[in-house]
Amino acid sequence: MAYLTEEQAKELEGKAEEIRETIIKMLAEAKSGHTAGPLGMADIFTALYFHILKHDPKNPDWEERDRLVLSNGHIAPVRYATMAHAGYFPIEECMTLRKFGSRLQGHPERDMLPGMETTSGPLGSGLSQAAGMAYALRMDKKNNRIICAMSDGEQQEGNTWEGAMFAGKYRLNNLTAVMDRNNIQIDGNTEDIMPLEPLADKYRAFNWHVIEIDGHNMEEICDAFAQARAIKEKPTLILAHTIPGKGVPSIEGDYHWHGNPPKKEQVEQFIAEIRESAKK
Amino acid sequence: MLNKTAKLSDKIFTKDIPMAPTRDGFGKGTVEAGKADPNVVVLCADLTESTRAEWFQKEFPERFIEIGVAEQNLATVGAGMAAVGKIPFIASYAAFSPGRNYEQIRTTSALNNVPVKVCGMHAGVQTGPDGATHQMLEDISLMRAMPNMVVIVPGDAEEARKAVVASAKNGKPTYLRFGRAKEPVFTTPETPYEIGKAYELWRSEKPQVALIGCGAVLYNVLTAAAELEKKGIGSVVLNSHTVKPLDTKAVVALAKECGAVVTIEEHQVNGGLGGAVAETLARECPTPMEFVGMHDEFGQSGEADELMEHYGMGASHIAEAASRVLQRKA
Repeated sequence: MAYLTEEQAKELEGKAEEIRETIIKMLAEAKSGHTAGPLGMADIFTALYFHILKHDPKNPDWEERDRLVLSNGHIAPVRYATMAHAGYFPIEECMTLRKFGSRLQGHPERDMLPGMETTSGPLGSGLSQAAGMAYALRMDKKNNRIICAMSDGEQQEGNTWEGAMFAGKYRLNNLTAVMDRNNIQIDGNTEDIMPLEPLADKYRAFNWHVIEIDGHNMEEICDAFAQARAIKEKPTLILAHTIPGKGVPSIEGDYHWHGNPPKKEQVEQFIAEIRESAKK
Repeated sequence: MLNKTAKLSDKIFTKDIPMAPTRDGFGKGTVEAGKADPNVVVLCADLTESTRAEWFQKEFPERFIEIGVAEQNLATVGAGMAAVGKIPFIASYAAFSPGRNYEQIRTTSALNNVPVKVCGMHAGVQTGPDGATHQMLEDISLMRAMPNMVVIVPGDAEEARKAVVASAKNGKPTYLRFGRAKEPVFTTPETPYEIGKAYELWRSEKPQVALIGCGAVLYNVLTAAAELEKKGIGSVVLNSHTVKPLDTKAVVALAKECGAVVTIEEHQVNGGLGGAVAETLARECPTPMEFVGMHDEFGQSGEADELMEHYGMGASHIAEAASRVLQRKA
């Protein structure tokens, strides 16, 4: 993974726009699911699958692949859409999201979809699983990187901090966590529901290296993962400040969109908004 | 009489029978499994000595992982390691694992379908003086209800060793239950053992009642079978060490043969081995049953033996249950 050229950044931004459109369509078709988180993480997932991760969509079980653990399983639509665009399965399959018999379960399942590293949905368990993978692969002197995508809301779970403490103790330098710091959760804003700040200081106190970035800036995203790779003495947290619903200005920042899908009649408008904001 | 093909200890019913807690079998078994397969790892949540995880730690320090007092992390770190090819045995007290981390085990071991071995120590009232908080009595029901999960309750330290070694090779998420107290070691290295296959410990010439049990309480069951025999009541004692998948073939055949069944476990009677046997028989061969175990209550502090007596799991209680069920036999 090298640093981004301006041209590459433009390409990734274009890809993220396509992925956002797929997310809107698949959620409207599913008639349930989460909108804000997937849109907010579209840039980071695009950067991961199209620039950062070592992986092979045609060989999802490739031993040397990096492991991407999605802890907050409810944002699965962004992972499904990005995997489809990356070539893991046909983009049309995204329209089966949450439907009977689909591999694209409402919350992702390891046993259902090749390339899905873990089952998740119940919050707070991804960081520990990623830490377990990092520990085990390091035992075997493997060079795979382990990346855990997690939410800010699940920082309220005790299990998250058990995992953070473990990774800090064992200096798991092959582990990078990226937190979707979008400030919302189902019942409202995180700082009203159960304040999380100062998050960066908390992770530093747990012996992590912390990088804060704008989670919608491709250069910053890719730089942060490159920096994390260079930090040898501890795990790294990328605290990514994101806007929930990013790309659809009429819903950006509104926590009511955490757990609701767009209606079919909103699809056209939302896609128009995505295209309009991509021009800016 | 004792089943000869089971090759049981020749010291059964004598004072010389060797005594050991089933957790010793965990310690020995993990060392043995660790020698056979370099992917075997042991994780422990600050209970290294009492779970016997330290036996593995001494042998394979680089494959032992201290988690600290964090049972949710114990289950999830274990699941992560299993997802990349390790065979993790995660050890804590059953009250905490699977007691506290049930959802983590459900999602990250069972639904993920990765071969984590959840090892619950200090199960049952024989945990003794620590009292009800530490006497886990609901774990078999909890784990048995979970899809993909295998549930094993070894009867003595030797069987526990075999169960650990066998589970390291079964490729499945598995729950293994162990006790704290020293118990008679009534099986031998020659006693056959296969996960999912129940076997007879005792068979009278003319059996009238089937005594189906699991765990260390089986020694009380054998004592009861001998007492019953003296009174002219024939029985068969079936060691149903694997509660899930239950050896339904053996259970149904025995129920048909005897026409009366008593289940015995150091566990709540709701949903444990007794529940598993009753579900099977209700479907395939309705049979009068009695259930020996904890009857919907918590334990309390005390010595192992006095607690077993107080809560009705002694040999005399088992024999009484057999007499009761015989009165209901058609």
